[in-house]
Amino acid sequence: MAKQTKTLNLNFGPVHPAAHGVLRLILELDGEVVEKADPHIGLLHRGTEKLIEHKTYVQAVPYFDRLDYVAPMNQEHAFALAIENLLNLEVPIRAQYIRVMFCEIGRILSHLLNVTTQALDVGALTPSLWGFEERETLMTFYERASGSRLHANYFRAGGVHQDLPMGLSEDIEKFCNNFPKIIDDLETLLTDNRIFKQRNVDIGIVTKQEALDHSFSGVMLRGSGVPWDLRKSQPYDCYENINFKIPIGKNGDCYDRYLCRIEEMRESVNIIKQCLKNMPKGPIKTIDGKISPPKKSELKNSMEALIHHFKLFSEGYRVDSGEIYTAVEAPKGEFGVFLISDGSNKPYKCKIRAPGFSHLQAMDYLIKGHMLADVPAVLGSLDIVFGEVDR
Amino acid sequence: MVTELHNLEKAINSGLATTVKSSTIRFNQLTIEVEIENINKTILFLKTNAKCKFRQLIDITAVDYPEKERRFKLVYLLLSHENNLRIIINSNITEKTTVPSITKIYPSANWMEREVFDMYGITFKDHPDLRRILTDYEFEGYPLRKDFPLTGHTEVRYSEKQKKVIYESVKLEQNYRDFDFESPWQGTKYIKDQIKDKD
Repeated sequence: MAKQTKTLNLNFGPVHPAAHGVLRLILELDGEVVEKADPHIGLLHRGTEKLIEHKTYVQAVPYFDRLDYVAPMNQEHAFALAIENLLNLEVPIRAQYIRVMFCEIGRILSHLLNVTTQALDVGALTPSLWGFEERETLMTFYERASGSRLHANYFRAGGVHQDLPMGLSEDIEKFCNNFPKIIDDLETLLTDNRIFKQRNVDIGIVTKQEALDHSFSGVMLRGSGVPWDLRKSQPYDCYENINFKIPIGKNGDCYDRYLCRIEEMRESVNIIKQCLKNMPKGPIKTIDGKISPPKKSELKNSMEALIHHFKLFSEGYRVDSGEIYTAVEAPKGEFGVFLISDGSNKPYKCKIRAPGFSHLQAMDYLIKGHMLADVPAVLGSLDIVFGEVDR
Repeated sequence: MVTELHNLEKAINSGLATTVKSSTIRFNQLTIEVEIENINKTILFLKTNAKCKFRQLIDITAVDYPEKERRFKLVYLLLSHENNLRIIINSNITEKTTVPSITKIYPSANWMEREVFDMYGITFKDHPDLRRILTDYEFEGYPLRKDFPLTGHTEVRYSEKQKKVIYESVKLEQNYRDFDFESPWQGTKYIKDQIKDKD
């Protein structure tokens, strides 16, 4: 007689501590084995792309902070680069170094959150407490430069909003000297931890071919042994002048992706140090008055500067018509902006390519045949942030 | 980079001779235009041809031009790791066109096509699971079309009376203000003359 089996449908989320936001995952279970996973996304959909079409280029920047809110400035970078490419705008060297430095701070922010919450999902509480302390320090760097811990609105087309305040470089350097020790500490908690390894090794294996087919990027791709990093292969800003290594995984499982992220944090510290060392003095935004506003100090004395400032922040600047796709290596993978300008002061279309979208799409294929308890582990290693998946 | 793009353009034009309607290189990126019936053929060629090797689909999106007869422009972005190149494939379609799905070539096209369907109402043939993806369950309309209002048609709130979340049509306290930045002022004559002299 054939054995009667019945699958069980289970709703994972939308409010679940291990779902990293608002994910509704409908799981079909055979006992404890997952047969099918159907992610329902869009619970955090805010219509960013529609809103950007109705805002000027200056006003559109803050929306990018709200995509992947774990590493805000990396998103702004893609948008700024897209506009600069359309306008054929030269960015001052100092601004390039400041941007790259903050992008790497963003990478550490993102990886710290991911690594520690992944550990939290599989049962380790302490790493997240240690990691969040460092994130707080990094966010104060954000705040000192831009005035805001999270929604920075700092990278503008043609440079950055304002120069680094006094003493910030020294403090960042101090942080860079101390931080590798913190990573070591984190590693003592996790890397050789028996429980952590049991939960992650050989879980959610992605082969090279599958990583390509599923449009994976970033750590998801490198964890499977594909040496691909946009900072190296299609360098933007001053990444060409910086020496850094790209860690690559071997087995493509959750554990390898964890190791890649840890190594990337070390490399990021290295890049920040180089930025601080090589950063020249000079202007921090383009001198093209059509794009960049006058100095605050001039506003008090010059009527023309006041008018200039008013025009730039009400009407904005016009961008030559054209289509462009620009991508940056965000902490989570390839973050791209497909920008179409019709020559007016608002984007005609701005498609945001979020890495998390493709990664989450592969959830069904990644989790099939795994146990229910592996769902949080796989989800954790995908590095999903719903701000960017839902847009 | 530019010579590589030109070589690629040549390879594509010779490999897909009649299929490619036009190809341009602007802002250091190659854009080709094809008819939508040939999209599967084009993309399969780009993925498998030894000179192209576009193994990864980056994104699929659409652009709405309501005033045009062929209203939507479908955009496919591909990436080749081996050659370190990108390509953009454009295809103009009408509102009623059913687009052949490319999920058989790239599995990741699944959600991307669902998103295009959700946002623009473009339907795909042979798609395994064409449902809405980002908008609410039972949502009506296609938000990224240019004729869809920014505020949408409905809003939700919790009703104390009915003890549940209810949908209502949008009520705005103040009308949406869309400023017109096209200035009728064209500059004084002498400035125009100066600009002309420069050209």
